This record gives sequence, C-alpha cells and structure tokens, in this order.
Amino acid sequence: MTTIIEVNNVSKSFGGVVANKDISLSVQKGSITGLIGPNGSGKTTMFNSIVGYHPIDSGSIKFEDKEISKMMVPEIARLGLLRTFQQTRIYGEMNCVENMLISQPHRKMSLRDAFNKNTKADYERADQMLEFVGLYEKRFLQSGSLSFGQQKLLEFAMALMNEPTCLLLDEPTAGINPTLINGLIDRLRRANSEFGITLFIIEHNMRVIMNMADHIYCLAHGEMLAEGKPEDIQSDQRVIDAYLGAH
Amino acid sequence: MTIARPIFYLLLVAYIVAAPFLFPDYRTQLATLWLMIIVALTWDMTGGQMGYNSLGNIFFYGTGMYVCAVIGIGIAHPIAEYTNAAGGGIYKFTDTQYFLGVFLGIIGAGVFCSICAVIIGYFTFSLRGPYFAIGTLGVAIAAGELVSNWDWVGGGQGIALPVYPGDLDNGKIFFYAMFAVTGVILFLFLKWMYKTRFGAAINAIRDDEEKAEAMGIHTLRYKLTTWAIAAFFVGVVGGISAYQLIHFEPLETAYQTINLGIFMVVCVLLGGKGTLWGPVIGAIMFQVFKEVTWNYFLGWQWVALGALIVVTVVYFQDGLMGWLKVVKPEWFGIRVEKTDDGSAA
Amino acid sequence: MDQILGNLGLLVEFPVVNIKIIIDGVMIGALFALAAYGLALVWGVMNVKNLAQGDFVIAGGYIAWWLAGLGLPPLLGVPVAFGFMWVIGWVIYKLVITRVIERDLFTSLLATFGIAIMMAQILNLLFGSDTQSIKLEYDTLFFFDGFVDVPIAKLIGVCMAAVLATCVVVFMKYSRMGQAIRATAQDARAARVLGIDTEKVYAFTFSLNAAICGAAGAIIVMVWVIQPFYGITYAIRSFVIVTAAGLGNLPGVIAAGLGIGALEQYGSHIFGIGYQQAIAVLLLLLVLVFRMIQQRRSRQVLK
Repeated sequence: MTTIIEVNNVSKSFGGVVANKDISLSVQKGSITGLIGPNGSGKTTMFNSIVGYHPIDSGSIKFEDKEISKMMVPEIARLGLLRTFQQTRIYGEMNCVENMLISQPHRKMSLRDAFNKNTKADYERADQMLEFVGLYEKRFLQSGSLSFGQQKLLEFAMALMNEPTCLLLDEPTAGINPTLINGLIDRLRRANSEFGITLFIIEHNMRVIMNMADHIYCLAHGEMLAEGKPEDIQSDQRVIDAYLGAH
Repeated sequence: MTIARPIFYLLLVAYIVAAPFLFPDYRTQLATLWLMIIVALTWDMTGGQMGYNSLGNIFFYGTGMYVCAVIGIGIAHPIAEYTNAAGGGIYKFTDTQYFLGVFLGIIGAGVFCSICAVIIGYFTFSLRGPYFAIGTLGVAIAAGELVSNWDWVGGGQGIALPVYPGDLDNGKIFFYAMFAVTGVILFLFLKWMYKTRFGAAINAIRDDEEKAEAMGIHTLRYKLTTWAIAAFFVGVVGGISAYQLIHFEPLETAYQTINLGIFMVVCVLLGGKGTLWGPVIGAIMFQVFKEVTWNYFLGWQWVALGALIVVTVVYFQDGLMGWLKVVKPEWFGIRVEKTDDGSAA
Repeated sequence: MDQILGNLGLLVEFPVVNIKIIIDGVMIGALFALAAYGLALVWGVMNVKNLAQGDFVIAGGYIAWWLAGLGLPPLLGVPVAFGFMWVIGWVIYKLVITRVIERDLFTSLLATFGIAIMMAQILNLLFGSDTQSIKLEYDTLFFFDGFVDVPIAKLIGVCMAAVLATCVVVFMKYSRMGQAIRATAQDARAARVLGIDTEKVYAFTFSLNAAICGAAGAIIVMVWVIQPFYGITYAIRSFVIVTAAGLGNLPGVIAAGLGIGALEQYGSHIFGIGYQQAIAVLLLLLVLVFRMIQQRRSRQVLK
C-alpha cells in the first residue's frame, strides 16, 4: 500500500490559538482513514491545511509524493484531491443535473472543450451518479430547495463526478436522519471499493467510523493523541479520557 | 410554442431591418438604443452571469474609440500632426480611406481591448465584490485622466474624425446598420454560449466561487476569457461611436464613467441580471425613460437619471426578468421541491 | 519627459522645495484623513461603502462658499456646513440607505454611486462648473528665505480639522451614543438583543459622517478649490486611505491621509498639475495591488 497523503510535523496557529501542533499522519492509497477527536481538537483545521484553504506555519504536506503545502486550492483540487464541506456547499440556483454537469473534472477539459455543450454521455454519467446516491427522481429540482440531507448527498455525488483520487469528507453523517445513515455508509464504502477512491473522514459518530475505517487518527487539543486500528482506538484509555474530558 | 418561435424571430429581424426606414427621424436614437443593448449585454456577461460587477467597462469603450481613431487617421495622415492641427480641416480623407479606416479601426479596437482585458483582468480578478467594482472604476478614471494629458492623441481636446462621405441621412443608416449588426451578432453569440459548459462554469463562479475553485475549475481562465470577449464588443462599439460622433473628448465622451459607464449597469438591473433578454429589455426601457426625461425635465435630466439609478437599485434590483422568475418560475425551467419529507434514499 | 526630469532636478537642487511640497501635502492630507475617517465609520458600522463621500465634501464646500457670498464669515461656514450636511445626511439615510443596508455589497455601492451622481449634477446646475474657492484675508508666514509659504488660512483650516477630529474621537469613546455605535459595529445582532436601537445608530452614524465631510469641505473651499465633479476623486482618496490603513486603525488613517496628500503634491510637482486626479486614482490601484500581494501570501483573496 502506498502513501497518498503524507503530513509531517504540521503546525498551524490562529493568532494566539494553536490549532494544530506538530501533527504527523499518513493516509494509505485505497483505504478509508478516520480522523476523530473532541470538538476543538483541530480536525477541520487539519483538513483545511491539506486542501490549501490557509497556509501552514511549519511542516510539510505531500499528496502522491508532491509537496502541496504552498499550492492554491484550485491547483490542489485539480490534482485529484477534493473535499466536502461541513456546511454543505452546492450551487443552489441550479438543478441537480446541472450541479453534476458542472462538477465534471475540469483538469481534463481545455478551453476549447468548454465551448461545447455537454454530451449525451455526460448527461448519462450525471444520471448514473445521481442514481448511485438516490437522487435520481429529484434530479430536475432546484438544488437549493432540497432538504439538508439531500443536499449532502448531492454534494457527495458532485465530488464523485469529479473523479477524485482522494476525497476528504468533513462530518458526512452530521445532520442526517439516523435511519438514512446506513445507506450513506454503504455508498461511501462502495465509492471506496468500486471507484477506488481513498477516503479520509472526519467523524463524530463513533459507530460509523469504527465500522468503516481501516485506520484511525485521534486528535486532542491540537495534538496527535493516538492512532491505530479501530479496535485498538476504541479501547485506548487516552482516547476515552479525551472524549469524556477527564482532566 | 415551437412554430411561434421562428416566426417571432423572423418578425424581429424584419423589424430590425426596417426600423430606420419606418422612423426616419429617430435613426440616431435607434442607433443609440443598439449601443445601449450591446454595452448592457456585455456588462451582464461578467456582472449578472459571472457575479463580477464591473464599474469600469467604460474603459473599453473609451479605449476602443481612441484605437479606432488612431488607426482610422493613421492610415492617411501622421497622427501627431493631425492632432496638433486640432481638426483644422487641412487633412482630407478619400472615401476608401474613410471606410477602410472604419472597418480596420473597429476590428483593431476590439482586438486591442481584448488584450487589455486579459492584462488588466489578471490584476482585477483577484479582487472580489466591491473592491472589484472600485478597482475597475479606478482603472477607467485613471485611463481617462492619463489620456487627457497625452498630446499625441489630442490631450484634453480630444480627436476629430472625418465626416461620413455622402448624404448625411444615409450616414445615419450606415451607423445604425453597424450597431445593429454588431448587436445581433453579440446576441446570437451569447444565446449559444450560455448553453455551453462555458456558460455553466461562469454561473458556477457566480453562485459559489470558492466551491468552484474547490472543484478544480480554472476560474481565472474563465474570468479572463469572458471579460476579453465583452471587451472586444465594447471596443468595437467604441470605435463605431467614434466615427458616428465625429469628435470626442477623453473625459466626457470616451471614458464617461458617470454616464454610459453607469447606464449599462442600470439597463441590466432594470431588465434583469443574468438573463439573455433582460439586458435587452432593460436597455429599451432605459432609452425610453431617457428620451422622455430629455423632453420634459430639461436641465434636470442628469439628476433624473441619477435618481433612476437610485430608485432602480433600491426597489427594482431584480428587474423585469427577475420579477418574472419569481411569479412564473415554470417559464424558466425552474422546479422546486414541494414537500419537505427528508427521506433522501 | 524633459519637463519631468527638470522637475525632479529641482527637488534635488533645492531641498527646500521638498519641505514646501511636504507641508502643502500634509495640510491638505489632514482633510483627506478627516473624510476617510467618516468613510471608515460608515463602513465599519453599517458595511456600506459610501461612494458619495466625496460629494458630501464638495456639497459642504459649496454651502460655505455660497453663504460666504452672502456675507457669512468663512470660518463660521464650517459649523454651518456641519449642521446642514448632518440634516442632508439624515434625509439620504432615511430615503435610501436604510433600504440597502441589509442587501449585498454591490447594491449599497451602486446606490451611493447613484446618489453621488445626483449630487454632483445638482451642484453643477446650482453653482456652475467653474472651480470655486474662498479667499481669506489672512497673512502668509514665510520660512526658509521665502521659499516656503504657509498661508495662515491653511494653518487655521488644519487646526479646525484637528479640533473636529478630536471632538469626534472623544465623543466616540466617552458618550453613550459613541459606545452604542462601537457596539453595533462589532456585532449588530448582539447590540439589538441588548436593547440598542440599531436603526437610530445607523442614522446617527451616517448623518455624522455627512456632517464631518461637510465640515471638511467647508475647510477645503478656504484652502483649496472645489468643483462639482471633483467628488468622485475625493471618494476614491478616502477609499485608498481606508484600504491602506485598515478599518479600525485611526492613527493609520491619519498617517495614510497625510501620506496621500504629500504624494499627490509630489506627483503634481513632478508630472504637472494636469495629473493631479490621475495620481489619486493610480494610488488606489497601487494600494489594491499591494493588498492583493499581501493576501496572496496567505492563500486568500481581497474580499
């Protein structure tokens, strides 16, 4: 298994607040890796650092052996590293199909291609992806009018449409009706096994992440607390303490 | 609806061709109407469709005027001497030189403005929202001020171009035709472009640029291309205007930031941002308003236009098409989720 | 080109000329800083970027000029312009601004631009498009063998500006309304929850801004010239200052204002008086570029 994301000794502070301190982790290609930790432990900051949302104070971040810590967001996205947002972002004025079509991988599109209309094949692919997440019947509705859960699924489908090599998901099950979570987990697993997409997931729902992940990292107070297989993390006393706040 | 469409367009084209003959006294106003339509449509390209509200598109109008004039004069006479004489009438143009000047001039103007758009855009498109608006406004004002100090192009006096060789009434038809043809080409081009992936991409930039960037869209590429295309057409009409007006000054005519520069925005707001017909309808509404105020508000017409800007921005921000979108979303193919059942799968 | 080099040479040969330019620049810059402070106030409290700022200044100048023509002592014109513009600012707020505050930023920008155009045209209709100024019957102080002249009128103008600025700052710090304004600037919703009438605060702030500009204009008409269409350039200058200094930074605003005044004087000395307006606008573009590069380093854009 090769390492697809390598984070080495990354630190990031905002003003006086140290959000990430000397964090190192690695994500294996083709795996599902989890990132957990109590609120405020620096998980989203880590994600933001990886995708280029803000500069890091020190350390290095490599994607497919390429240093990305100084690159801008769109450049990193075009390498095949995508993320979904905690507060689900979609193009609210367009309908679902249009959202999907605009999410085609632009790194494969030259300016001349852009002046063409979308082909039948494109529409079929969009329909396929919408079918995959279960939004096929709603595909012509304005996406801004969908429910929160549906929008989350749409954002996931859009990410898949972009043919990423690796997808960073920020709390994918947050705000979703508990009865639907199994369906979402199933789809995430299939995206990983069928499409070969590496998943790196921030999760608060322990049941979800423990069932899905091959490897888990746990942050607390901006530092790496523990890492390992789900069974080991679950029984690690330090992790339990961090969540129950025994200090 | 399918048979009505081609008939509608046929009648429209017939009307466009016939207009200067049906209303011979209004030929200049009709030409100006086309000018408004063109600058409104081009403003909407970056503004309503892409979300970058420019207050400086007038830069391309003024630059287009000057480039066209320089080319048009340059093919017959040395420019420095010409502008020094300040249109003293010694310099004559043959008919061939005139028309060659017109056509070469406007193409040159369009191309030059496109190049300017790419260069200036590299800087301005790193600005967002109000900074973009003020930055572009600054570029337009700076250009006007700098050009008015440049003696080679006539400084503050401006440039005088030759008069149309031939019957002046025919001249009016000529300029009307130039504007109308440009306008129709622009409209058809946009009609096609907005349906391509390019059109979808610039809408995505408008709706959520950060999301578009996070999905790997080459936002800068689209922004520069869109502005370059808009600049081309504005430059072309600037060139046509130069020959139509015969004489123009840098600050009041060419780089008129507080007149045409802002009128283009008002036209689009009146008709509806981000739609194909919106800028066209808005331009027509605006022209009508302008003609009425000129006749009845004599002396205070500019104040009335300023008031129109304020009233439009405050009360009619979405324009006619925007209002239609709300009351009749079906006409635009917008379908909304009716129930909130929350069961996604 | 030779002209430019000649002008530059003059600066090197006679260092005294530098002092004159700097003093002239700083004196007018103080007034720019005043107008910029008003802009920052409205921007910080209501998030409205007021493009009509410059026209408020010019309007104040015309009020003082017109009253001086009727016999009012010019120095009294300053408080009168202050009061007059306060009322006008309040009216504009109630008619227009209050409806665009909650909307997107381009709306408020366009609305104020529309107001700016209206005001410029009204002033043009009322007072004509010649430049105007008030000549004061005060002496001039001479320094450095007569090379540097400082008209006492200008000195008085700067002192008045300083007094006004100090009053405003003290007011903001110690009065109840001042505190209410600062609270609203930080978090309007929280202020409302705590019982502050934000509508009143907004109206007050906007009127105060108009009044400050009016007073600045009344001073400017004494030490410089006004013309109905100079307004936009003043607005741009204020913008440059606020963008360069940052919103909450009062000393920065003062420094930037003085700096712009000096830079403009240098520019018009080296390049010629016709370039005065161009320099103000070019400074804007320069500041924007500078800020952009700054933001680039933190992988962000200038919002």
